[in-house]
Amino acid sequence: MTLVSEAPSTTRTLSMRQAINEALRLEMERDATVILMGEDVAGGATVPGFEQDDAWGGVLGVTKGLVQEFGRRRVLDTPISESAYIGAAVGAAATGLRPVAELMFVDFFGVCMDQIFNQGAKLRYMFGGKAKVPLVIRTMIGAGMGAAGQHSGCHYSVFTHMPGLKTVVPSTPADAKGLLAASIRDDDPVLFFEHKLMYDVTGEVPEGECVVPLGVADVKREGDAATVVAMGRMVSFALDAAERLAGDGVQIEVVDPRTLSPLDSDTLLASVHKTGRLVVVDEDNPRCSMATDIAAMVAMQAFDSLDAPPQLVTAPHTPVPFAPEMENFYIPSVERIVAAVRATL
Amino acid sequence: MELTRDTALWIYDRMTMIRVFEERVAKLFAEGRIPGFVHLYAGEEAVAVGVCANLTDDDYITSTHRGHGHCIAKGVDPGPMMAELFGRVDGSCKGKGGSMHIADVSKGMLGANGIVGGGPPLACGAALASQTLGTNAVTVCFFGDGAAEQGTTHEAMNIAGVWKLPVVFVAENNGFAESTPVGYHCAASTIADRASSYAIPGVTVDGYDVVAVYEAAAEAVARARRGDGPSLIEAKTWRYFGHFEGDQVTYRTAEQSAAYREHDPLTYFATQAVERGVLGRDDIDAADRRAVSTVDAAVAFGEASPHPRPEDALTDVYVSYPREEVRS
Repeated sequence: MTLVSEAPSTTRTLSMRQAINEALRLEMERDATVILMGEDVAGGATVPGFEQDDAWGGVLGVTKGLVQEFGRRRVLDTPISESAYIGAAVGAAATGLRPVAELMFVDFFGVCMDQIFNQGAKLRYMFGGKAKVPLVIRTMIGAGMGAAGQHSGCHYSVFTHMPGLKTVVPSTPADAKGLLAASIRDDDPVLFFEHKLMYDVTGEVPEGECVVPLGVADVKREGDAATVVAMGRMVSFALDAAERLAGDGVQIEVVDPRTLSPLDSDTLLASVHKTGRLVVVDEDNPRCSMATDIAAMVAMQAFDSLDAPPQLVTAPHTPVPFAPEMENFYIPSVERIVAAVRATL
Repeated sequence: MELTRDTALWIYDRMTMIRVFEERVAKLFAEGRIPGFVHLYAGEEAVAVGVCANLTDDDYITSTHRGHGHCIAKGVDPGPMMAELFGRVDGSCKGKGGSMHIADVSKGMLGANGIVGGGPPLACGAALASQTLGTNAVTVCFFGDGAAEQGTTHEAMNIAGVWKLPVVFVAENNGFAESTPVGYHCAASTIADRASSYAIPGVTVDGYDVVAVYEAAAEAVARARRGDGPSLIEAKTWRYFGHFEGDQVTYRTAEQSAAYREHDPLTYFATQAVERGVLGRDDIDAADRRAVSTVDAAVAFGEASPHPRPEDALTDVYVSYPREEVRS
């Protein structure tokens, strides 16, 4: 991980939720133009009698405490009007603020996509580069909570497809803190995808200022038998698979792109050149996905290095089902990753 | 009429500039000299000009697919505008936006918009930025009667009401959403009636009377600047051309159009101003000549501007991004 601070920083254990909250707090302290907006990001703080208490701080508590520190002018609860407030975030970004808007679940992009991709993503280009949109949209992704079809998707490939947007999928608390800081400081619109099952995952997180640059992948585990590219929650699944395979003497390399647009293809290709084998693990749906995108890129640019066809481990081409048996079937498993690696050997 | 001579001169100057600009664009388009397609504002001049007469360069506007008039009223230079319509490098947007996305942020003009109802949320954002930064700027959101039926417009008026944003919503009701009459597409009797749902003032004005528009906008802009929140103004107007150039306008009668031409907003204002001694006939004639020479110069500037190189398409997507990834 690349740190901006030169002195080696001390770390302590934080949850992903705490790491994201800390990044927001530090960036809001650093830059008065950073504001938060979204449904319930302050929560009960706007209810008479609860002025000093944010009952929710976001539906899963990620922004808790920020309204007390920064006030309602900078932590704005919104009506349930995603088009209005995501669009307002775009307009505010083009006119001097650095808004961090929260789209509660990524699946809700259906009710505000015009403001994201026709306005936010294209504005700079359509204006001939004479404007910028320094906007972050934080949004929750992922299956595993029994939230079913309209609250469980990943869909980051949809946004990665769109020119003008950057897409970030952190897999550890430290990466979440550093990547969110970089996203807020970035002058382009960034979609920041937080897996809802990872908010309580803990890890060592540097204290103070820490920025992980966008467009730089991270090798989470080194190995030479196969390259496993995984993102978001699937990184921990890939690391579990690596442990199992190591028991059989198979050392896989786990590469986390961290940002999908821009994509650090150099790091991915270097790993494939070393291992000769590629498995992509992606919780998103399989068609026109990050999995197919990365597989195509590797096939075009590292064909001669490949000793076996790439293997993709993804969700099926279905919405996310409700019943636990079906939902567990939907989510890529450690067993499937192990089998996919073995198929390349 | 209580306009000062300077304001009256400014108003007529901008209205005639828009009229001459749009009539020239129609001709250039018919001659095949402008690519793509264009939506012309002629007939609606009194709305943009009457509103923008109350604004400064520090104020913002959002616009529509019919945006040339808003640009000129907000002070965008007709030369780069014409170059943009020609798709040249000296265009307001370097040839990347064209008629439907023409913009000049330096003049507070936040873009024409190809999406009907795309602008109202953006306007709320600009107003939120002004409110947060304490700049005292006001944002005007122009939208058509078609956009009055978009969810974004309703959401934006509500959130502006909730946050008391310094924004003025201006519905340009020209009677038709493309070819569909407002009486069919709008369940309410007036668009201004919608304001009551958002607890904001709403008025309907004659959009052919620039002074009426100016006065209504003056009140709404002052209210926004005071921090008292948003307003809605519905200006009833009429476009002289079709929805887009090439539209055969098979949904309006010749009698209807002739009746509107009888009450042309430029002629009406000029007559009133001269009769009341605010302006002289020579002021009107000079403004008309100035508009023609300015538009002549704009066309010459636009046509003299170089065409972009094809690979210029690869720039301005991001502030920073690996160039090879944009190409591949």
